Amino acid sequence: MADTHGAAVSGHGPGGEVTKRDMIKLVATAGAAIGVGALAWPFIDSMNPSADVLALSSVETDLKPIAEGSGITVVWQGKPIFVRNRTPAEIKEAQAVQLSQLIDRTDGLDKQRVKAGHEQWIVLIGICTHLGCVPLGNKPSDPRGEYGGWFCPCHGSQYDTSGRVRHGPAPLNLPVPPYAFTSDTKIKIG
Amino acid sequence: MAGLHKSDFANPVINWIDTRLPVFTMMQKEYGVFPTPRNFNYFWNFGALAMVNLVIMIATGIFLAMNYQPNTELAFASVQHIMRDVNFGWLLRYVHQNGASMFFIVTYVHIARGLYYGSYKSPRELLWIFGVVILLLMMATAFMGYVLPWGQMSYWGATVITNLFSAFPWIGPKIVTLLWGGFSVDQPTLNRFFSLHYLLPFVLVAVIFLHIAALHITGSNNPLGIDVKTPQDTLPFHPYYTIKDSVGICVYLIVFAILVFFAPNYLGDPNNFIEANPLVTPADIVPEWYFLPFYAILRSVPDKLLGVCLMFGSILVLFVLPWLDTSPVRSARFRPIYRLFFPLLIISVVVLGMCGAHKPEGIWVTLSRLGTFYYFFHFLVLLPVLGKLEKPLPLPESISQAVLGGRGGGPLPSGAAAKPMEKA
Ligand code: HEM
Ligand code: FES
Repeated sequence: MADTHGAAVSGHGPGGEVTKRDMIKLVATAGAAIGVGALAWPFIDSMNPSADVLALSSVETDLKPIAEGSGITVVWQGKPIFVRNRTPAEIKEAQAVQLSQLIDRTDGLDKQRVKAGHEQWIVLIGICTHLGCVPLGNKPSDPRGEYGGWFCPCHGSQYDTSGRVRHGPAPLNLPVPPYAFTSDTKIKIG
Repeated sequence: MAGLHKSDFANPVINWIDTRLPVFTMMQKEYGVFPTPRNFNYFWNFGALAMVNLVIMIATGIFLAMNYQPNTELAFASVQHIMRDVNFGWLLRYVHQNGASMFFIVTYVHIARGLYYGSYKSPRELLWIFGVVILLLMMATAFMGYVLPWGQMSYWGATVITNLFSAFPWIGPKIVTLLWGGFSVDQPTLNRFFSLHYLLPFVLVAVIFLHIAALHITGSNNPLGIDVKTPQDTLPFHPYYTIKDSVGICVYLIVFAILVFFAPNYLGDPNNFIEANPLVTPADIVPEWYFLPFYAILRSVPDKLLGVCLMFGSILVLFVLPWLDTSPVRSARFRPIYRLFFPLLIISVVVLGMCGAHKPEGIWVTLSRLGTFYYFFHFLVLLPVLGKLEKPLPLPESISQAVLGGRGGGPLPSGAAAKPMEKA
């Protein structure tokens, strides 16, 4: 306490030099601060996903009902997941795109975004990488934008049939969630 | 009165704020240099402990509320979800649950301290009245909190306590319907109890602020019950009482931790592990331990209305206590007869608590009547009369004289006093 009120009890020596009392105060304050800090952790951690939320971490999806040229939305960890059955024309178009044409070039090749042998299926986390809206385009009647994939109604971002952003403001491609084919017509997401 | 404050703080940031809003000066005045009687014993720790406890309740409560569902279908399961799934949820809940018990232990000791040392007497009557308001708010908060987990005891406790109001003729049943928001304890009741359980602790914060504000006008009482006369009777609050309170807080936290980590359900009722069932009342229904003495008073008389009136009266009588006690001497140390009766009051409350925990049969009925009789006799008859009859012991001249008399007036810790004391 550097102010005048506290001087009488501050414990500093007459010349203001460091004393044993200063050391004791420092240790006591540090001890209390560490204790309170340690106690804060359970409170903060209680806001992290709880065990039951973590347990909802995978879903199985049947691909049979999805007609060629359209997609469905399934929920995984509370997020919309697009599963789309691409037409041969769409696949060809997606494969022909060069990295130089892309805004986001990481995982930009179509073959990096599908499972080998299952090129017909594209699985994406359906959250616009701009500000989080869900783009339109699963149904053939939806607006799909100039690139035939998805169109975000919020600020006009456009994605192609591989889920790559082709027109801003979104900066990144739609991410591919972890998934695997459990049979030819079933996938397990997560 | 407008104008900037002239701040003495050297730190430029603190000085800048303090000049515009002198909160640092206020803290320095009220908790730094605040002149505090030099002769406090450890009973003077319990107010600070209660404040710490309230902070703990609010912190754990807010985090519990993030996962709790005030819905009769979901409440019980959401508390189990807190216990099993939420990270550290078990800790938050056990701290909150046992925190309520700790809160009452601390507050009851705090009140007993006030009764023994006459802290309710002039000029601290208003301070005392705020204290009784705090007690009532705490009780309401704890009662409604206990309903939230929606176990059998929650449900039947809520039913019984709200039904107390039905004892009042004519308006009684209307009050009960109003409290319930229906014709039994149900969804509307649970929902509003949650709302109020969240609100009341913040009302408590406000009333405690007034309690402390009033304290800082009158100054603290002390174990001798005599007024502070000279600066030699006092010590600056910091560091003397910040340290003494810190010692108390450490002991308090150890006791609290033992409860939470080794006996978290010791004070709880096993029936509350069963989800509420509006069609089956558990065989033994008892309130939480801190309500037992009042519960015993309620059951001590066979008349419904009289029982309810006595129960509420047992707290309301505390409001007028400053005027019931006619003795001008505060501390029981100098009241030889009051000092003998004081333990009887404590014993009567403890015995009432034991009666509350047992079925009202045989000896327990007699004991609860004796306890109730003594409780009211003490406040309504003994205190008014004793003040007139009792001859108090001579009071010491001053706090410093009484404190330093025994130790021969040796040198004092630096800052404790400006000049050496004369020998007593
Ligand atoms: C004066 C301070 C408080 C007291 C005395 C108090 C008391 C209680 C009690 C006795 C219970 C029942 C514990 C059980 O058997 O599980 C409870 C539950 C609860 N309280 Fe509080 N409480 C206080 C402050 C708060 C605050 C500020 C909140 C914030 C919203 C809160 C939120 C809750 C919740 C969500 C529950 C239900 C979860 C549970 O049963 O553990 N409490 N409270
Ligand atoms: S959120 Fe999709 S474009 Fe802005």
